[in-house]
Amino acid sequence: MKVLDQGVNPIFMDPDPDKAREFFRKKPRAMVDKRMTEKEVVEKFIPDGCYLAIGGFGANRISTAVIHEILRARRKNLGFLGHTSTHDFQLLAAGKCLDRVDAAYVVGLEARGLSPNARRYMESGEVQVTEWTNYSLAARLKAAAEGVSFALVRSMLGTDTFKMSGAKVVECPFTGKKFAAVPALWPDVAVIHVHEADMYGNAVFRGISVADLELSRAAKHLIITAERLVNNFTIRNNPTATSIPFYLVDAVVEVPYGSYPGNMPYLYFSDEEHLAQWMKVEKDPKEFEKFLEHYIYGVSCFEEYLERCGGLKKMKELQKLETLVEK
Amino acid sequence: MAPEYNMMEMMICVASRYLEDGKTVAVGTGAPCAAAMLSQKTQSPNLIILFEAGGISPLLPQMPISVGDSRTFFRAVMAAGMTEMMTTCSRGLVDYAFLGGAQIDKYGNINSTVVGDYYKPKVRFPGSGGANDFASLCWRTMIMTVHSKSRFVEKCEFLTSPGFLTGAGAREAAGLPEGGPYKIVTDLAVMGFDEETKAMRVESLHPGVDLGKVKAETGFELVIPKQISSTAPPTETELKILREEVDPLKLVIGRA
Repeated sequence: MKVLDQGVNPIFMDPDPDKAREFFRKKPRAMVDKRMTEKEVVEKFIPDGCYLAIGGFGANRISTAVIHEILRARRKNLGFLGHTSTHDFQLLAAGKCLDRVDAAYVVGLEARGLSPNARRYMESGEVQVTEWTNYSLAARLKAAAEGVSFALVRSMLGTDTFKMSGAKVVECPFTGKKFAAVPALWPDVAVIHVHEADMYGNAVFRGISVADLELSRAAKHLIITAERLVNNFTIRNNPTATSIPFYLVDAVVEVPYGSYPGNMPYLYFSDEEHLAQWMKVEKDPKEFEKFLEHYIYGVSCFEEYLERCGGLKKMKELQKLETLVEK
Repeated sequence: MAPEYNMMEMMICVASRYLEDGKTVAVGTGAPCAAAMLSQKTQSPNLIILFEAGGISPLLPQMPISVGDSRTFFRAVMAAGMTEMMTTCSRGLVDYAFLGGAQIDKYGNINSTVVGDYYKPKVRFPGSGGANDFASLCWRTMIMTVHSKSRFVEKCEFLTSPGFLTGAGAREAAGLPEGGPYKIVTDLAVMGFDEETKAMRVESLHPGVDLGKVKAETGFELVIPKQISSTAPPTETELKILREEVDPLKLVIGRA
């Protein structure tokens, strides 16, 4: 296959499928109790410098609890899969946890605007960036999930997004047409929030999958946070519903309201007031420091954060706002 | 007497008219979503709305705040994912996509990544998101934006998502499939693209706007055809549906 052009920025993770196979060869398959706390999973699976991915879509079905714990553990120099990231990226930027990012969508919170602090962080130059698109990153995960070293897409061609990526333009051996080849991406660790899981890691999420089917298969280590734990019989009673089988999963953490202040489809809507507060307070770095102390560093666990945000009363209000609950 | 309206309402009504019945459209949040919803409730009841995170043809109860929130797959025909949506675009099944950005140039290229040096930017924006994918893979891309000289620039400082790149033949040479920008709807005018050169051209001026104003707010030379039409203002029906059914909370139309 002829290479016609290539992006100039680094590929942060090795796209060699045999190295990935060697890793997965040794990955334990036993169906054992994998329940842990947020603290334990960060300690065990998210060391300084590792490459992290968060499931869901920015402020929808994200694992806020584990991200908060990453901040409290003062993790540094993480790599990050910045596709469709919004509040998750905002949090990691607040903790200055990153040193390299594969960026397709960062620093923004969609219709809510741009995060002033995440912008300052990315404008400082201290985080190394390689540019991609949402689909090219999903395709990189898809290639990894398939156990091959690259995927072909027709995105990015002819643009600066391509120039600042790590992709290559290749010529199709059959048609002579040009495609962008994007390297497989096996993140060190992914954290995916779901509706239900059993203690072994069999996981069920409902609604859109975003890129989580690909991500769960690509990640070397996979942490599942679940709104509630169910027994194994519940899973076996309806295997059609299973999104992620247990042998992909390293740890299971039960976290009710675990996507808060994000949206969890069918359960609760996003807390737009709290997210607006983030955007407002970020404008003043001093105020923002106090804000982070109050909500993240000054609490011992996610439940305490939920309490500071209004507790069960607030969660019930957000349940009422959720569109997918029939009223 | 002609009904009163603001510029956001004007842009949404105008954009909604370009979306043909029975076609597919990929939308983001805000004004593009309002335009697609309005089109469904007026001229194009069978318009199929798609969201990049996976929502396929929802019966949108209200405006989403994220392209991945619960509303984007409320009573949808399918809750899919990013790969399903983007491969659908790649296979040629998506007719329209709406894009936005900080800068747009005369070939309809868009910058939503950085202003200033890439490695130490003056301003960092989100980046492509799914925009480059849509701009590469959909048949017709549309842009709704405020018309100003700082936005309409000769050349984007960073080319995030492809329009016609450097003009006629450039998309083909880069390997992109047929497609590209179709209409740019601003608060002043509607622009299209010259069939030969692929440069941006004025097509219609909104009521009360003269050509001089459009030229003054554009940072490059627009193609000026012999005949420029006048944009039809929003009708009473369009405004009523937009205000009462599409955006009753004025999340978008209140921004004007």
